[in-house]
Amino acid sequence: MSQQIIFFILAAITLTSAVVVVTIRNLFHAALALMVSFLGVAGIYVLLEAPFLGMAQLLVYIGAISILIIFAIMMTRRLMQTNESPFNSQAVGALVGAALALVILFVVIIRLYPMAPGDGVGQSAMAVDPAILQSSVARMGRSFVSAEAYVLPFEVASVLLLAALVGSIVIAWPRRGEEDNQ
Amino acid sequence: MIPLSWYLLLSAALFCIGLYGVLARRNAIAILMGVELMLNAVNINLVAFWRYLTPDRSVGLVWATFVLTVAAAEAAVGLALVISVYRNRDSVIAEELDTLKN
Repeated sequence: MSQQIIFFILAAITLTSAVVVVTIRNLFHAALALMVSFLGVAGIYVLLEAPFLGMAQLLVYIGAISILIIFAIMMTRRLMQTNESPFNSQAVGALVGAALALVILFVVIIRLYPMAPGDGVGQSAMAVDPAILQSSVARMGRSFVSAEAYVLPFEVASVLLLAALVGSIVIAWPRRGEEDNQ
Repeated sequence: MIPLSWYLLLSAALFCIGLYGVLARRNAIAILMGVELMLNAVNINLVAFWRYLTPDRSVGLVWATFVLTVAAAEAAVGLALVISVYRNRDSVIAEELDTLKN
């Protein structure tokens, strides 16, 4: 029961701040609301007994990506102080499309999985030995580097990170002669 | 005891909010924020299915970690592009970036 209350609090925090992110006019406030939303998702991970991912969410999303977004907002802020609408001309169509997608997803989920708490599959978390859950991070780490599992995607992810690092430096580097204009 | 469907509904709602942000916002940085919300929704789905259906295997956690990695790379490159575009065009409004249109 207490788990359900915690879930509702976390879900309310996440969804409310997500709505603020997509509707608020001030971009800086949107970035702050985005951090709150990430925090709610980190809490959901902890509730799902994946504390490692919750920690990674804190470090990567709140610690790195949000700060990166705030830096980008501050570097382009001159345009953010206008009183123009934050939405483009297709905002109504986008709202209808997103609402339609939401209805379809809700119907599919409610048809496929039981909504009431109970003992069946999908009604409550699968009962497992706590030792299995505690060793899940160790197993994940081993499967990252074992040749039968995910060593290839793991190495590809490393290359992707390196390429993103080099690529973003190259893209954001001012071209020759542009420094004078800034 | 929380049923699996509650997590899936939360994830679907978060995804659709992010989708609306991507489709409706004018500012390129706000569009990127919508994409981040959608990636978070996908991750909630992955972790919930891992915990409810295959907690003894690590596949769900592994792919959630990959999504996290790709999201970090995407944010870095995306924001570098935004800054570069701002420097060249003095604008980060997605509608005004229509060089390829004509």
